[in-house]
This record gives sequence, C-alpha cells and structure tokens, in this order.
Amino acid sequence: MTIHGLLSIIAGLLLAPLLQGIVNRTKAVFAGRRGAPLLQQYRDIARLLRKGAVFSGTTTWIFRLAPSITLACVLVALVVLAPAPVEQGWGFAGDALLLAYALGLARFLTVAAALDTGSSFEGMGASREVFYSALAEPALLVGIAVLARVSGGTSLASILQGAGVAGWVSAGTALALVGVSFFVVLLAENSRVPFDDPNTHLELTMVHEVMVLDSSGPDFALVTYGASLKLWVFSVLFASLAVSPLGLSGFALLGALTAAVLFTGVIVGTVESTMARSSLARAPLLLAGACALSILAFILASRFLS
Amino acid sequence: MIPALLALSILTFAASAPVLAMLRRNPRAASRLGPATAVAGCIPGIVAAILTLAGAGPASATASWSVPSGGLSIGMDALSALFAIPVLIVSALAAIYSRGYLRHAESEGRSTAPFWAWYDLLAGGMLLVTVARNALLFLLGWEVMALASFLLVMFDAHDPRVRRAGWIYLVATHIGTACILGLFAILGHAGSLEFDRLALPAAFPAGIAFVLAFVGFGTKAGFVPLHVWLPEAHPAAPSGVSAVMSGVMIKTGIYGLLRFLMILGTPPAWWGWVLLAAGVTSGVVGVLSALAQHDLKRLLAYHSVENIGIIAIGLGLGLLGISLGIPAMAFLGFAGGLLHVVNHAVFKSLLFMGAGSVLERTGTRDIDHLGGLSKRMPATSLCFMTGSMAICGLPPFNGFLSELLIYLAAFAGLSATAARVPAGSTAGLLATGGLALIGGLALACFTKAFGTVFLGEPRTPHAAGAREVDASMRTPMIILAAACLCIGLAGPAAAPVIGPVVDSVLAGFGCTVSTGTAHDALGALSAASVASAAILLLAASVFAARSAILRNRRTSTAPTWGCGFASPAPSMQYTASSFADPIVGLFGAIVRRRRRFEEPAGLFPASTEFSTDTPDVYQEKLYKPVFSAFERAFSGFRVIQHGRLNLYVLYIAAALFALLLWKL
Repeated sequence: MTIHGLLSIIAGLLLAPLLQGIVNRTKAVFAGRRGAPLLQQYRDIARLLRKGAVFSGTTTWIFRLAPSITLACVLVALVVLAPAPVEQGWGFAGDALLLAYALGLARFLTVAAALDTGSSFEGMGASREVFYSALAEPALLVGIAVLARVSGGTSLASILQGAGVAGWVSAGTALALVGVSFFVVLLAENSRVPFDDPNTHLELTMVHEVMVLDSSGPDFALVTYGASLKLWVFSVLFASLAVSPLGLSGFALLGALTAAVLFTGVIVGTVESTMARSSLARAPLLLAGACALSILAFILASRFLS
Repeated sequence: MIPALLALSILTFAASAPVLAMLRRNPRAASRLGPATAVAGCIPGIVAAILTLAGAGPASATASWSVPSGGLSIGMDALSALFAIPVLIVSALAAIYSRGYLRHAESEGRSTAPFWAWYDLLAGGMLLVTVARNALLFLLGWEVMALASFLLVMFDAHDPRVRRAGWIYLVATHIGTACILGLFAILGHAGSLEFDRLALPAAFPAGIAFVLAFVGFGTKAGFVPLHVWLPEAHPAAPSGVSAVMSGVMIKTGIYGLLRFLMILGTPPAWWGWVLLAAGVTSGVVGVLSALAQHDLKRLLAYHSVENIGIIAIGLGLGLLGISLGIPAMAFLGFAGGLLHVVNHAVFKSLLFMGAGSVLERTGTRDIDHLGGLSKRMPATSLCFMTGSMAICGLPPFNGFLSELLIYLAAFAGLSATAARVPAGSTAGLLATGGLALIGGLALACFTKAFGTVFLGEPRTPHAAGAREVDASMRTPMIILAAACLCIGLAGPAAAPVIGPVVDSVLAGFGCTVSTGTAHDALGALSAASVASAAILLLAASVFAARSAILRNRRTSTAPTWGCGFASPAPSMQYTASSFADPIVGLFGAIVRRRRRFEEPAGLFPASTEFSTDTPDVYQEKLYKPVFSAFERAFSGFRVIQHGRLNLYVLYIAAALFALLLWKL
C-alpha cells in the first residue's frame, strides 16, 4: 500500500467526527445561530468513553456485542473504499459487494440490538431502517454497475479510477445521474433529512436515533463514531465521483478528495436546512426515484458506449 | 470402489426401510434403529462423494436388469458429488435431530416406526436421483423420493390442514413427474434410457424438451409460479423433514435441470433468459411473500423459493454466458449457483431445525406469539441468528461467498469489453438489481423473524415457559451453524472444490473456459474470506477494548426506556406484522395482505379484533380457478369410480387385455 492509500484511511478515521461537525455548523449558519463547535463530536465521544453504562434488563449479549461488531464492519468498509480512488490496484474483483454487505451486517446487528430492548419505539425505528435500506440497496448497486459498465473494471479501485476524464467525456450524463443517485442513498443510509431528522426529539418520528435510545456510555460512543464513519464512507463514494473529472493524481487527488468529502457535509447541511423531512409514505418514492435514475444512467451508458 | 460404496449406501436405506416398518409394535427399537440406519446409510455415500471431489474422477458401474431400456447403472461425477454431499450430510443430521424432535409424539403413544421407514426411503431416493445413470432408475428414485416425502408430510395427518397440504404436494409433484416422463420419452426415442445414450431425435425442436425439463424439474425446485406446494407442504411436515425437504430435496430439481440441459446440447440464449427471469421473479416474489407471513415455518418455506431464485439467477447467467460467448460470466454464474446450492442446504436446514425447536418448546409457529427466547433457549437462538445472517448473504458467513460469485458473473456480463455484448450487460443489470433488492428485503425479513421470536420480552405464557432443547436437537444445529462460518472463512479452499465441478458442467455444455480469467475471479473468494476474518478480529478487539473500559466503571440495570410511559407491557412491543407492514404495503401489487378489523364501537367498546393473513396470490388467482374448472370438467368420470372392488379388477383385466391385443 502506498502512502496515499494509508493517508486516505487515516483521514477517514480522524476526520469522520469533523464531518458531522461541518453538517451541524452549516445548519447553524442557515438558522442564524452560532452553533456547536466544529469539534463537538470528538468531545461527545470522549465524554461517553469516560462514562459507565446502563443496560436495560430486557437485553441480552446481543445488545452488548452489537456496537462493537457494527463498528468493525464500518471500519472494514472504510478500508475497502477509502484507498480505492487514490491507490492503483487496491481491492479485489467485487469488493463493492463487500462494502455493501459489510454495511448490511452492521445494519443487521444494529436492528437486532434495537429489537433486543423490546421497546416499541425502537422496533418502529428498526422497521423503517430496514425498509429504507432495502430500497437504497438496488440504487447503490445498480449505480456501481453503471460505473463498472463505463470503466470496464470490477474492483472499486478500477471502477472509481476508470471513470476519469475519458469516462466523463463519453458518458458524462450517466455519471452525473449516478452521482445524484449516490447522494440520495447517502441521505437514506445515514438517516438524514428528508428520510429522517437527526434533530428530532420525538421518538415516534426518528429512525436511526430511536434505534439507539437505550445505548449508553462506551457502547454509545462506538455507535456514534460508527455513524460518523458511515457518513464518511458514503461521502467518499459520492465525492470520488465528483472529483473524478478533474483528472488529478497523487497528493493533489487525495487533497481534493478530502476537501470534497468535507464539502459534502456542507451540501448535506444545506439540504437539511432547506428541506423538510418528508412523510413516511413519500420517502420510499424518493428512493425508488434514485433506483430509476441509476437504471436510466445504465441505459444512457449502454447507449453511448456501444 | 465408488459405485460399490454408493450401492452399499442405497442398499442400507432400502433394506432398513421394511425392517423399520415392521417395528410398529416396538416403538423404542424403532426410535433407536431409525436414526442409526439413516446415519449408517449416509456415511458410505458421503465417503464416495468426497473421494470423487478429491480427485478420484468420475466412476460408474452397470449391472444387468430384467427391465427393458438399459441396465442398472449408477455412477458419480463431480456434479453428482456436489449434490450428494449436502443431501447425505443434511439427511444424517436431520435424522439425529428428528430423534429428539419425535420424542414428543412418542410420549403421546404414537409409533415412529413408519416415520423412520419413510425417512430412510426419502434419503435413499434422493441419493438414487443424484447417482442414477439410467432414466428409468432416475425416475424410480424420483418417485420414491416424492412418495416418501408425501407420507412424511402426512405424519400429522389427524390435522385437516396437514392433509390438505399433503394433497396439494402430491398433485404438484406428479404434474412435474408427468413433464419429466414426457422429456424421457422424447430423449429415449432410440430405445435405450442410459444417460449416455439419451439424445434428441433429429430435427426435433429442442425448445419443447427445454420447456418440459423446466416445468418438470422447476416444480420440484419451486420456481414461481410453480412454487405453490412449497409454502403448504414444508410447514406441515415434522421439522426434521422440513429441513431435508427445503434444504436438499428441492435441489434435486436443480440437479435434474442441469443434468438434462447438458444432454439437450448447446443452449440458445432464450433458455438463459427464461432461467434468469424465473430466478429474479422467484427471488422477489419469494422474499416479499415471506415478509408478509407470521407463521415461522411458512416464512422459511417462502425463503426457499427466494433462494432457489438466487440459484436460478446464477444458472441463468451461466447459460447466457455460454450462448452469448462471455466465458467468465458462464463460469462465475455456474460457480455461484452451485455454491449457493450447498450453502442454502446448510443454512436452510439449520433454520428449519431452529424453527422446529421453537415449535417443540412453545407449541406455536406464530411469530407474534413468541419473543424473548434468546434468554430461554440460548443455543437455539445463537444458531438461528447465525443462519439468519448467512441466508441474508452477510459476511463472514457462507451465503456471502455464493452471492458474491453471482454478482461477479453479472459484472462480467456488464463489462464484457471484448465484444460489448449488449445482451450481456442487460442480463448483468437485471441480475444486479434483482439480487440487490432480494438481499435488502431478505435482511428485513430475517431481522423481523429473529428479532420478534428471540429478542425482547415473551409475548405469551408459552414463550415465557420455554426451555432449551436437548442435546440430540442442539448438536445438529451447532454443527450446521459452525459450517456456515467455516465455509464463509474457507474461500481459498472453496475455489479448488467448486472449480472442477463448474469445468465439468461447462464441458457438458460443450464450452471450455480458459483457466486464466475465470479462475482468477475465484481469487475474489479468498479476498472475501480474508475480509470476513478481518471483521471478526476487529470486532473481537473492539469488544475487548470496550469491555476493558467498562470493567472499572459502574454499570447498572434499568428497565427499557418507555418514553415516559410508566408501566410498559410485553404486549406493547412492536410485532412482526407491524415491522413488515411498510414494505408489504409498498409492494401491495405483488403480495395481497387481507385485513380483518372489527372497529371498536360505542362509548364502552366491549371487544375488538384485528388480524391479517396473506394467501398466496398465485394459488388464489391462478391455480384455484384452473383446478376448479378441471374438477367440473372431469366430474363425469365419477360414474366409473363407485367403490365396487370386483369391477375395479375388471378394469385392470380389460386394460391388460387391450394392451395384449395392441402388442399382438
């Protein structure tokens, strides 16, 4: 592994909580507030790590084990994805599936931990989580299939690097559509507006936050850090597509990519400040729309490449 | 050597069945001898199959037989071995499991001797199907398998629902057999029914033979819309038998389809499209129907339809790869489909055993009446959770490897750079999108099933009073759960096993793949296993660190946060029906959920009622009208069915006489 790949992983590990801070600061600016410090999430995590824990009497070992496995899955996803745009020959054929399915394992355990508490609210959040992600999965994987079609590669590295300048010239429209689709998936998978409002304090309306209502102490620190890393992972996917037409390489690419990831936080914050959370019945339509965009992109890519 | 082992295996099954049937008066001996003979019968076959895969090469033997159209031929090649191993291992484990499971029936004074007789015949029949090298022998095995499993489904025949399920199964399986008979009649036109002599008559349209094979074997496998018997028969059978039927028996349909498609010669593209379309349809319809169920075993039965769909996607991509000239897609599609055959056998029999343990201990299959079992049945719970994650295709378990291979086949079609075959990329898109949707929905379904049954608080006294099952039921589940993990971590070892099998299938279709590209792609399996191990190691170290932090801290126990509500009750937990409702509602066009709601009325409402059920759309809208029409049309024949034995004998005599005249 080269220094670029290593740095991309370290950047993810260190800067992921900052990305959350940027989202929150953007929202504060839109609302005319000063807002929490950019580094607030680091403090939150440190504070949680210093605490004891309260466990529900209903829970079993699954509830105690789930945050650790979830974090491990997201870490593996980060290691698979983060070096892919900058490191030649990284990964293996079909590593995009490892990315999707490792996050699937994380989801399975988060949902199981939520159901382990026996709370009806957490059950409700779990139900919505699996509902949204079942629809986000085709949008994500069909999007990756489009990139594979354009670049002719099968590993994430060859897919993301192969969709460079030449790819944008020949199938730019398709790549742009995939970018939109990836962004919608990012919002759904990370429980952002319009799918979920992370600020809400009414248990009935939440998705991700309600699933972890009963987590506390170091376990909740793992959950919080895992959620930040997951947002980072999806932002890398979106950002690497966004910077690919610049045709950069080496440290310039790494720098541009990191900046683009952090700017994705600004976009997410802007969306969150200017849009309302959509009703539960309408959110699936947005995801179905993302699937449709991915499929349309595929048709365009096939049309222009053949 | 290998044919002798196979013959020993089949003869053990065949000889012990009548002995067991005679032990009706001596249930204690039957309950010991039954599982012992089943396991003893499986062992020589397993040895033979492992020897074949380990490089002994194909072997066959023929004995003369006083029946026309060839000899008593059995044999084993890589493909047979790959199917025979799960068939025999699952049969042996399910026999051990059933010994414990049937104790309940024995304590009610019912004899299990017939059960074990039919069980041995079922195992023997399945083995015969995989090793027969003569179409008549194949058909014999096929019918023994079908009838023995029918009689096993009818084990609880005092329940009218079980009888109904049994009859649906019997009719369905014989519709399939009829098609297979037609196929053999065409292929055996030259007089010999030996497999190596079977061929299509000159200028005969191969498409007709393909359709016969697809319907005949597809009925056993359970492709939508030929699946309607599956969600009826599998839940009705005793759970050990459900494990065998759902885990391995339906795979004989896949085996037969592959074996006879190879005889039909080079496949045209539309065969591949039919299989791919059937696969995607079965997968999506199967998983959506499963989501809407609240009977645990019925849910699992629908998941068999889904997984057969995934297998068919793999095989469809394989066939398309051959006909479109994309060798990597052909290789990876068959590899993924065949590996999924093995994987599904492992986790589906595990899940049915888990469901059976729950049923045995709580007396109910209704998910919404359970809950909190992970504290009461920890081993069953851990095993069921393992199976659930494996069936969702999640790393580090075995399902991930086979789904990865099928995805890779789809990607090979997408990026077929040499020819830029448009059809290949369309197939790749269909498979990718279908698999992604199926995967997401399967995760929703199994978090629902596992979460509602095993987590939270018990919803009824039955669930609250449950205890762990005994060792004879636990051990097979633990072995299968360990197998899920071991296969998942054994990616590097999977490649040399599955590679030669796929090569032999491709050679059967007259297609050779350069060992370079396709075998390289199998390297992805190794990488996936390494990543799986990394997840496990990382999780263990994070958990160790977190536990070390917590060791010096104050931890306390409190009730679950009820959002301010003072006295939450177990009945307030989210139910499985509510959990699945958003998805089932969104896909209302595919699964029709019926609601019955008696609204509370008046100032002091006395009682209200709410219930849902989800009948099979295909059965309600397709089969019921057709079969009712048949019933009306054929009711005239009732005249000749009147119960007078002497006249029946006369019919037989008349038929024989007519045959004699015809042949003279």
